[in-house]
Amino acid sequence: MAQMNMIQALNSALDVMMERDPKVLTFGEDVGYFGGVFRVTDGLQKKYGLKRCFDTPIAEGGIVGVAVGMGAYGLRPVAEIQFADYIYPGLDQIISEAARLRYRTAGEFTSPITIRSPYGGGIYGGQTHSQSPEAIFTHVAGLKTVIPSTPYDAKGLLISAIEDDDPVMFFEPKRIYNGPFDGNHSRPVTPWAKHPASEVPEGHYSIPLGKAAVVREGGAVTVLAYGTMVHVAIGAAEATGIDAEVVDLRTIWPVDIETIEASVKKTGRCVIVHEATRTSGFGAELSALVQERCFYHLEAPIERVTGFDTPYPHSFEWNYFPGPIRVGSALRRVMEA
Amino acid sequence: MSLDRSQQLELYSRMLRIRRFEEAIVAHYPVGHLSIGQEGAIVGACMALRDDDYVTGTHRSHGHPIGKGAAINPLMAEIFGKRTGICKGLGGSMHLTDTSLGLICESAIVGGGFPLATGAGLSIQVRKSDQVSLCFFGDGAANQGTFGESINMAAIWKLPVIYFCENNGYAVTTSVAASHGQPDIARRADGYGIPGVIVDGQDADAVYEVTQAAVDRARAGEGPTLIEAKTYRFDEHSNRLAIPIRYRSDEEIAFHRNERDPITLYRARLVAGGLAAEVEAIEAEVTCIMADAVQFAKDSPEPELSDLTDNMFSNPINFPVTREGIFGDA
Repeated sequence: MAQMNMIQALNSALDVMMERDPKVLTFGEDVGYFGGVFRVTDGLQKKYGLKRCFDTPIAEGGIVGVAVGMGAYGLRPVAEIQFADYIYPGLDQIISEAARLRYRTAGEFTSPITIRSPYGGGIYGGQTHSQSPEAIFTHVAGLKTVIPSTPYDAKGLLISAIEDDDPVMFFEPKRIYNGPFDGNHSRPVTPWAKHPASEVPEGHYSIPLGKAAVVREGGAVTVLAYGTMVHVAIGAAEATGIDAEVVDLRTIWPVDIETIEASVKKTGRCVIVHEATRTSGFGAELSALVQERCFYHLEAPIERVTGFDTPYPHSFEWNYFPGPIRVGSALRRVMEA
Repeated sequence: MSLDRSQQLELYSRMLRIRRFEEAIVAHYPVGHLSIGQEGAIVGACMALRDDDYVTGTHRSHGHPIGKGAAINPLMAEIFGKRTGICKGLGGSMHLTDTSLGLICESAIVGGGFPLATGAGLSIQVRKSDQVSLCFFGDGAANQGTFGESINMAAIWKLPVIYFCENNGYAVTTSVAASHGQPDIARRADGYGIPGVIVDGQDADAVYEVTQAAVDRARAGEGPTLIEAKTYRFDEHSNRLAIPIRYRSDEEIAFHRNERDPITLYRARLVAGGLAAEVEAIEAEVTCIMADAVQFAKDSPEPELSDLTDNMFSNPINFPVTREGIFGDA
């Protein structure tokens, strides 16, 4: 075991997979020589050479498209999109090619690609460096979408994503690259070293896709969260003293509905938290699923705590970001209902 | 055609305003991508434009509105996230869009400006105006699909657009040599059947002259031009991104700072032309402008939460559907 922050854990996952499988390679803007603007690919070019870890031009459509081509013909590429906000020029290749290649070739071709991208706010990035576009991808049939919340999970899930034969969108909550963040932005950042999930095996291990984790047990209300919001939810539960059960989805699609259903049927209440814009956010899908599966067990309306239906504003970072006060208020409301 | 003396002094003043504006940001509110080192290319190009000509910017775009002659206070207030900012404090460093001077957009999405500038050019043509549209972009942006899509349209429709590349040599850490099959970006113009011109971006007068020729061509209905100004970014990609590796040598940076600073070079030219007193007056004036702007930004009110909804729609219908969808629930 070694102590790792999320960046180091992701780097380790890539290292382990590139070591084990010569078909695995990684590339993107500033990924090779620099090692990525967030340093996730640091050292990989030096270790594996220019053909397996390399820089690309600024061309997200091209980056995704060549990954699909490589994947169709024997490789297992991991493409980095530098910020999730930059992914849109690649959408056509993701939606029309990666997600559909297998179906339209009756299984003859697959798209065993992983697209990694840092996402989310709380970093003063404004409207083009803070977005959470995950629901765009859960809406596309044929994709899997993964969002880790700890270094341990990040490594195990990234290995599973790379090993998976289908296209996986792997969104990394950049606000918690260096430490778990509970949304209390005026306090100093807590490093990962103090968190048990920073103990990460150095070798190969995997966390299965499609399995959520109950990261805080409780009986009063279920909180569904992923990424940075897992830590905000835990913090809000502790601050309010409400006996909340926090479910970290980890893979948001295909979602682990059994774990969600079991928790909500136990607690009878549900709060959903995500940073993304509220309307048609992934919380809407979760809310619908819980309603379909748990309606007769619900003691209160399902609550969503989300980003706003606006771009991420330059001012009001901490109003837009669903912080512990907003999550705590939602917890109190569902308990009072 | 060359600039007269008063225009040259204005050019110098605008370059200096960009430099001092960014130095003030570094001192007071350190966010953003700095244009320091690229002022000659920016202002040289803008001096060929009229106030009513259109400009699109980039993520590295503090210089574009200033180059176009924008008032400094609302730009500074925007950086500080204040209600008096040019985008009411909701846009920030990468969105200093002064629409009164034809700035259409500053988008941090690399390559995002090409189609917008092209569409603006088409609008000019349809309205039979004699304006032009100038698209600033970086070397990295030339590799986005929007580059080729846009320039081809402008070429076939003979649109009044100037595609102006500030080639500073690096896309974050990736060099032009490592990411361009043809490192002279202007030579790509051949592929679209339009003129491509390379100019020394550190020589603001030279930049002005080639841009003015492209503007004249555009106003005459002869179509677009691709200009590539070879320039250099003195600072790092962003002052929020630590880059612990060496992707360019200290000698290279020192050479450009010491020998190729567009402001130093231009100042020497003006002083040699007998304009020392005027240059010094401009320098004193710009210092005052920046001190005032910082004070203005500091003294300005914060935005109100209710401002968030003001500019989502021209015609808001059932918006917001829920209060939680816009103001949160705290």
